[in-house]
Amino acid sequence: MKYLANVTTLQYASDKCTGCGRCVEVCPQGVFVMRDKRAAITDRDLCMECGACAMNCEFGAISVNSGVGCATAIINSMLTGGEPTCGCGDAGGSSCCS
Amino acid sequence: MQMQTLKFIKKTAPPWSNGTVSTPNGPVYKVSTDWTRPDYWGMIKSRAGAFRMNYAVEPGLYAVGEPTKDSDVLVTANYKLSFDTLRRELKGLNAWVLVLDTKSINVWCAAGKGTFGTDELIKRISDTRLDTVVSHRRIILPQLGAIGVNASIVQKQTGFRVSFGPVRAQDIPAYIGAKYKKTPGISRIRFTILDRLVLTPLEINPAMKKFPWFAAVVLFLFGLQPSGILFAHAWHGGLLFLVMGLLAVFAGAFLTPALLPFIPFRSFAIKGWIVGMLMVFLFTQVFNAIVLHDTILLIVAFLLFPAMSSYLALQFTGATTFTGISGVKKELKIGLPIYIGTASISLVLMIVFKLKEWGVV
Repeated sequence: MKYLANVTTLQYASDKCTGCGRCVEVCPQGVFVMRDKRAAITDRDLCMECGACAMNCEFGAISVNSGVGCATAIINSMLTGGEPTCGCGDAGGSSCCS
Repeated sequence: MQMQTLKFIKKTAPPWSNGTVSTPNGPVYKVSTDWTRPDYWGMIKSRAGAFRMNYAVEPGLYAVGEPTKDSDVLVTANYKLSFDTLRRELKGLNAWVLVLDTKSINVWCAAGKGTFGTDELIKRISDTRLDTVVSHRRIILPQLGAIGVNASIVQKQTGFRVSFGPVRAQDIPAYIGAKYKKTPGISRIRFTILDRLVLTPLEINPAMKKFPWFAAVVLFLFGLQPSGILFAHAWHGGLLFLVMGLLAVFAGAFLTPALLPFIPFRSFAIKGWIVGMLMVFLFTQVFNAIVLHDTILLIVAFLLFPAMSSYLALQFTGATTFTGISGVKKELKIGLPIYIGTASISLVLMIVFKLKEWGVV
């Protein structure tokens, strides 16, 4: 299953890549593969912007605006002007988190 | 002293432990790899959303089997369902389990929030004096923990090298058996129909909590007469709208998530609208001849309920495994004005319908 095309904020600068393979190890969507001892992107539209790759790229080759992809959280942030936060800490229980 | 500690531990041992294992820092609980009835019951209740907050395990170090200084260390969250899912998959293995304090939230969500994070892992490694328990310097984290844990900082601060293991606990034995090598299948997150169905109660529950408000407005509008609110009137037209409201919840919070890959278009808003439209269409085909004879009501039904289903379907993006924040923002940017517009137009049409009913127009 793929989500909307051409919306991901994933940026990858292959010249900074040292080929450590962390991004391949952490990406749950198979966006990265190793090709000629460097990471390469297979299909950007597979990216769910979780941020695991950027978090674990020691060499600053990857950036992505990650965040809670939960509609309620985004609506609330639109209303309050803050960052979207997942409501799963609330007693009411939110569908963001299972 | 040692005896006393053991006695104390035995007295308050959690129900899922089966003894203790001694470490240089005192005994730690041994964890059973079998589930008992309370574990199953707890899973059902947490899936249904009955208690999200306090289904927790005490953070710290635990043992599975008879681990030694060379045994693997597996890290998990202190949400009991996460912990239970892990221990159940470790039958026959000897390993240490390090439970982080994630405020009883699962690994993925906690990693997103940062509680399953770099700082907490470093703190827990030092608090449990893990370096004295094992002689190696490797720890295995669930892959989805990588969202919150920076492996290179952990290694610099603790000396432990983080390996991000499989996404699912069930793949851990295979992962360890393959000498910590992951096949692409092990690293990919899945979203099967079962995964989706398990999540639907948490879509339906919040929607149904708001349903009484919707019902109140509908019954008020249909019941309102120049002479006051008449219940007979409220039920006459209102009931069908209430049923369609329930159908919209069913379409958006259950059918759309369940049938997700089979509904055309990638946008969740459109998917939900299509399913909602289908439901309203089928419903009016069945009941049109009987009651929904008014054109205005028919228009309202076709405007409002697919939009409701669409809105509810959009909520499911928060629970899926493949939607990103940028996409949801884009959908909301287009969708929200449409939802608000649709609700407003429906209300205006309802007022027109009432005025007609009263013979004013």
